[in-house]
Amino acid sequence: MALYSDTVMDHFLHPRNVGSLSDADAVGEVGNAKCGDIMKMYLKIEEGVITDVRFETFGCGSAIASSSMATEMIKGKTVDEALAVTNKEVVGALGGLPAHKLHCSVLAEEAIRSAIRDYYERNGIPYDKSKFPEAEEGSCCRMV
Amino acid sequence: MDRIYADNAATTRMSRRAIDAMLPYLDTVYANPSSLHSAGQEAAEALLRAREEVAACIGASPREIVFTSGGSEADNQALLSAAALGERKGKRHIVSTAIEHHAVLHTLKKLEKQGFSVTLLPPEENGMIRPEAVERAIREDTCLVSVMYANNEIGTVEPIREIGAVCRARGVLFHSDAVQAAGHLPVNVKEDGIDLLALSAHKFHGPKGVGALYAKSGVPLVPLIEGGAQERGKRAGTENVPAIVGMAAALREACEKREEVSARLLPLRDRLIEGLSAIPHAALSGDRTARLPSNVHFCFEGIEGESLLLLLDQKGICASSGSACTSGSLDPSHVLLAIGRPHEVAHGSLRLSIGEDFNEEQADYVIRAVRETVEYLRGISPVWRDCLAGKKPFIL
Repeated sequence: MALYSDTVMDHFLHPRNVGSLSDADAVGEVGNAKCGDIMKMYLKIEEGVITDVRFETFGCGSAIASSSMATEMIKGKTVDEALAVTNKEVVGALGGLPAHKLHCSVLAEEAIRSAIRDYYERNGIPYDKSKFPEAEEGSCCRMV
Repeated sequence: MDRIYADNAATTRMSRRAIDAMLPYLDTVYANPSSLHSAGQEAAEALLRAREEVAACIGASPREIVFTSGGSEADNQALLSAAALGERKGKRHIVSTAIEHHAVLHTLKKLEKQGFSVTLLPPEENGMIRPEAVERAIREDTCLVSVMYANNEIGTVEPIREIGAVCRARGVLFHSDAVQAAGHLPVNVKEDGIDLLALSAHKFHGPKGVGALYAKSGVPLVPLIEGGAQERGKRAGTENVPAIVGMAAALREACEKREEVSARLLPLRDRLIEGLSAIPHAALSGDRTARLPSNVHFCFEGIEGESLLLLLDQKGICASSGSACTSGSLDPSHVLLAIGRPHEVAHGSLRLSIGEDFNEEQADYVIRAVRETVEYLRGISPVWRDCLAGKKPFIL
């Protein structure tokens, strides 16, 4: 049995939307290099719609694949729709992740939320802070 | 290009000689060596010869060799036996190192729960354990010193003979996990002053699932498996005759060819080290010269090891990493942390362990592939971007 599903390998070997956006409207970064995973997400947002997205990831194969899949899932979506994306949906779209890699999908969900919070902050849009819990130091190290 | 297998520290391809030696014992000579009939005695003789061969390869007597299921079992039995002996004498302190294999570290943890106290010596930056440090750690109640012959991750070869001399002078039993060394380095238990030693067949082109424990004459072993009187009561269960015969053939061949293989591997190893050292912000782990002839280990800043391994695999290169992500744990290698690598760079590790069929062309291909892959992964890494932008200091 292979370590990863074909979809995970495809997104790992051919990551979609990889890179950065110098004119991003929002940038989010989550994770911790100590834990071996950092994801950074750049969004271009026009009238509440995510028109472009890029990511940079320091991490294992499933972290890169989760980031890639997450960018695909939010591209063209409204900010509200993007906020509704869960780690379980990322895992589902990837055709599953090994149990000890599920935290990578959590990180992908958190990267989206982190970028959107940055968008709210930059534009003075009020938002429910309780829905954006501050990531605890080293929270990426928890096993899901 | 054909697949390049550079993971010989994980396991090796079986040698033709070992396979050929085993075949009759899988086929025609199948009787139980404990049986009194002639067919059984034929198997018993094969076992006897295998024991003589293994003993001869490490400078031991045949009676000092117990066959086990592998290196881990041999390490477990060595430590638990030495601890039981110490217990009887009221000595409940063990000296070992922070870079041992888990077969040793986890057994020591178990002994700690039973009331033993364990001193784990930190290595120097190059992975070296100084004999003076061992000497200082030995106490009145020390019953055992356990130091690996060579490290499985970073390849550092320990000053075993000097440590053995310290132990002998202090009257303390000395165990060495020689799983990475047997068949690759000139291991001699008598000259090295070793009382207990573990080896594993599949690390020197023998079969998997078989190993041996050397216990110096007079050092009593406690059986881990109770049952019949096989292995003179030290390890119950019908002997795995084909595997044991294969191990003996493989070890003998490895010892015969050792100098020649070493001489072939050294320049290739050094070519890899030189080539990979040219990658910026990369660092060789382990000692530059006191090093297994097969081992190359690097940490690369700004990338994570598992993705490096998977991409190298796509390029036909089988390598390994001390990376957490490959093992299911999220902590980086205890060995890399022990030699002082910060977590951030310990995640970006690569181990290449080459075999005797490795060649210059492959070395150059591997160097190019690693360089390209590291560059690619750095290109998509936010950590690397921050280092380049001066937001984060380079560690390496």
